[in-house]
Amino acid sequence: MNVTQLSIFLENKPGHLQSALRILAERKINIRTLTIAEVSDFGIVRLIVNNPEEGARVLKESHVACSITEVLAIELEDRPGSLLDALETFKKRSLNIEYMYAFTEKRGDKAVMIFRFDDIEAAKKALIEEGYNIVKNIDIIGE
Amino acid sequence: MFNREYEAMPLKKLRELQLERLKWSIRHAYDNVPHYRNAFDKAGFHPDKFKSLEDMKHVPFLTKQNMRDNYPFGLFAVPLDKVARVHSSSGTTGNATVVGYTKNDIEVFAEVVARCLVAYGASEKDIIQVAYGYGLFTGGLGLHYGSEKIGAMTVPISGGNTERQLMLIKDFGTTMIACTPSYMLNVADYIEKKRPDYDMRKTKMRAGIFGAEPWSESMRREIETRLGIQAYDIYGLSEIIGPGVSGECSEKSGLHVFEDHFYVEIINPDTGEILPEGAKGEIVYTSLTKEACPVIRYRSRDITRLYYDNCKCGRTLVKMEKVTGRSDDMMIIRGVNVFPSQIESVLMEVEGTEPHYQIILDRKGALDDIEVMVEVNEKLFSDEIKVLEDLKKRITDRFRSALGISAKITLVEPMRIPRSEGKAVRVVDKRKI
Repeated sequence: MNVTQLSIFLENKPGHLQSALRILAERKINIRTLTIAEVSDFGIVRLIVNNPEEGARVLKESHVACSITEVLAIELEDRPGSLLDALETFKKRSLNIEYMYAFTEKRGDKAVMIFRFDDIEAAKKALIEEGYNIVKNIDIIGE
Repeated sequence: MFNREYEAMPLKKLRELQLERLKWSIRHAYDNVPHYRNAFDKAGFHPDKFKSLEDMKHVPFLTKQNMRDNYPFGLFAVPLDKVARVHSSSGTTGNATVVGYTKNDIEVFAEVVARCLVAYGASEKDIIQVAYGYGLFTGGLGLHYGSEKIGAMTVPISGGNTERQLMLIKDFGTTMIACTPSYMLNVADYIEKKRPDYDMRKTKMRAGIFGAEPWSESMRREIETRLGIQAYDIYGLSEIIGPGVSGECSEKSGLHVFEDHFYVEIINPDTGEILPEGAKGEIVYTSLTKEACPVIRYRSRDITRLYYDNCKCGRTLVKMEKVTGRSDDMMIIRGVNVFPSQIESVLMEVEGTEPHYQIILDRKGALDDIEVMVEVNEKLFSDEIKVLEDLKKRITDRFRSALGISAKITLVEPMRIPRSEGKAVRVVDKRKI
């Protein structure tokens, strides 16, 4: 049920993101959503793609530093305050978020957010107990 | 001259003195230091066989690695209770070299520095500000003892704190300063930017004693014109004694080697063969009087020439050219000796790292700037910024503690460092010196 995320290391310089994404495009790898975290000299691009393993393989072939990380995709009500409620739950269950980002498209009437917790298994258990719907990998990235 | 008898000794007499002292030094090393005994025996050489200067070619060389292998006191030829002081080169434990001095050795050290200072025109009337670092590094204490020896008023201010340096130059009426040439240029930059009211020409400062790193004639001109002082070169290496192995005279053309204490040869670095006078090659040193750490045929890796030119100053001593390069890959960064292998071992120490790296040396303003580009490979890569930032910090800290240099660490993408024939180019030196 964990979602497989592809993370890429890039220098913070013009053209670097483009050349990494070109490698994925040439292999017809489709990006569902992405986020960029950056400091002054480098950045990390985190992507949810339809075929992360193949993505990692072709990137490594082209000498791009990348890795596969397990994250959770959680459905949230599309209403004011629902993220706040989720954060309240995380706090109550002592779950620490490393980073998070959202999908632009809705899933039915629900919003979907990606969370990277420092302890993914504990987070999964706690959130299921709290009644959250954790979206399966297959539903996110497709077959 | 501080010591005319030796500095202007007729050559024939000097050679006799050297031979006599060499015989003593070689025997002293053989009798008291297991390393020399083993190396000489292995090479089939024995001190009894040493009859003339021609026999030098049979004596085995001493390398920097031999010195490291004998860390800390393995090359001492006297018991520790006869050792009055130690100095050490920078480096991690495995890479450091330690040199010891008996009371007599310290006297000799002070004497050769004193000779340099007098050659630059110093006397007891001078006020000498020693802005080399004091400590295990030979620069600070070396200049300090030499300055005291000639009776100059010695100001042991040590390195750094430019504002205070300027204040004391003005308030004390300092006439000479001893520091690295790059630091002096840094002082010039500082005055330009932050103290435009400060005019070095209106102080009593008249000369600088510069060493501990390679520097060029263009740096000399820049220091002299920007600060209105005379810039003199002093050369040395801690393995031999420290600063004062050789020094310039009023002619500023080549450095006189104090041949009554140090025997010098130029060799072909590839074959070890001794080259004739005037040929360019690696300079090899043998100490003639050192008691605690006799040094026999030490391969300095410094590239220079030796020549006699009837110097106008009256010294008969051989001259060496300003050192222009090295026969190995050692870098001198802000006066600190650094080998790429040390950088490698720091990177290896930092958990999980075995990366491709490249060192970029540049001179920002007057000071050397070192940047180490480290390729982020699969092992190093984390998808969390904080982990990568922490990695950078750990590498930076290790550089500071192990090598004594603050380097800028930049993480770069794999294969970003150019490889020639599959091997990464380790050092890019953009410094113009």
